[in-house]
Amino acid sequence: MSEEILNLSLMQLDALKEIGNVGAGNSATALSQLINRKIDMTVPQIAIMPLGDVPDVVGGPDAMVAGVFLRVYGPAPSSILFLLPRDSAFALVDMLMGREQGTTTSLNSMDESALMEIGNILAGAYLNALSHFTKLTLLPSIPSLAMDMAGAILSVILIQLGEMGDHALVIETEFTTENDGVKGHFFLIPDPGSLSTILAAIGVKE
Amino acid sequence: MSELIKVGMADYKTGYNPNSLISYGLGSCVGIALYDAVTKIGGLAHIMLPDSTQARSTENPAKFADTALPLMLNEMIKMGAIKARVTAKIAGGSQMFTFANATDVMRIGERNAQAVRMLLKKMDIRILADDTGGNYGRTVELKIDTGIYRVRTIAQGEKEL
Repeated sequence: MSEEILNLSLMQLDALKEIGNVGAGNSATALSQLINRKIDMTVPQIAIMPLGDVPDVVGGPDAMVAGVFLRVYGPAPSSILFLLPRDSAFALVDMLMGREQGTTTSLNSMDESALMEIGNILAGAYLNALSHFTKLTLLPSIPSLAMDMAGAILSVILIQLGEMGDHALVIETEFTTENDGVKGHFFLIPDPGSLSTILAAIGVKE
Repeated sequence: MSELIKVGMADYKTGYNPNSLISYGLGSCVGIALYDAVTKIGGLAHIMLPDSTQARSTENPAKFADTALPLMLNEMIKMGAIKARVTAKIAGGSQMFTFANATDVMRIGERNAQAVRMLLKKMDIRILADDTGGNYGRTVELKIDTGIYRVRTIAQGEKEL
């Protein structure tokens, strides 16, 4: 197999998981402060899976989700995608806008900006941790939002990966708010070649 | 009993009347339906990338338009379809996220749709319907009994091609 990610050692996978853990921890703290609620975070799952299986992580290719997408610039270009099931996106908007839970049933442009800002803050916090670990300067682009089928939204990053191989390395964390059951999935997908830059920077090249 | 056959991302499937072929949640990918109206044999391919010759990994031929389509067409011919009668309907190739300075990476949907059109022309297969572009996802279903290609979206409703 020529695919880089299928040849990762256990130590490299552990290192990536640890980066994911710290990055997601930073993001969860930022989100918690923003919405003034306790956030539970799962230990990041690191999985190498066939590209076509990735949409199942968030409920299948036709599940309705909101996705905030950012590009990461710098020596290890990557993509960041924050995905929320539709109802979670609405609940999160209610919290941010100080509305009663259940008020939001569609997004106006102000709500969209709020969700994009959430993506921005999560990505910033995550990249801070990643930059700290790797000493690489990684900067997020402005965010872009789409509300659509999970498969369609994920296709943006899966196609990029498809140029390299048939599997995706998914470092994924689930955020859950304590009482309101808001769920979000945070994906960091390194561009082809970026993974080895990251691994070299943290000194686990082999 | 008619069966609903699922086609995953980077995959293709073929089928006989009265079954249907369905693929969920296409974004920048393209769903290509091939159909022989006389023998009622159909095929649906969910391709991710236009060109296998420019990719580093080509282990799965169903991922690329240029390798998936000939394979699917051959399978249909083995099942009894006649190449000269086979027509195509295509959908997908959207751009889900917009950025001011869209790079090639972001414009992949448009490139996919264009490559599929050129390839079908090269293969001498007529395109009867083309629902590509936009910034929204599509679920596509080929009804093999009628050849109708149903395109479902969340915000733009549903249409039959």
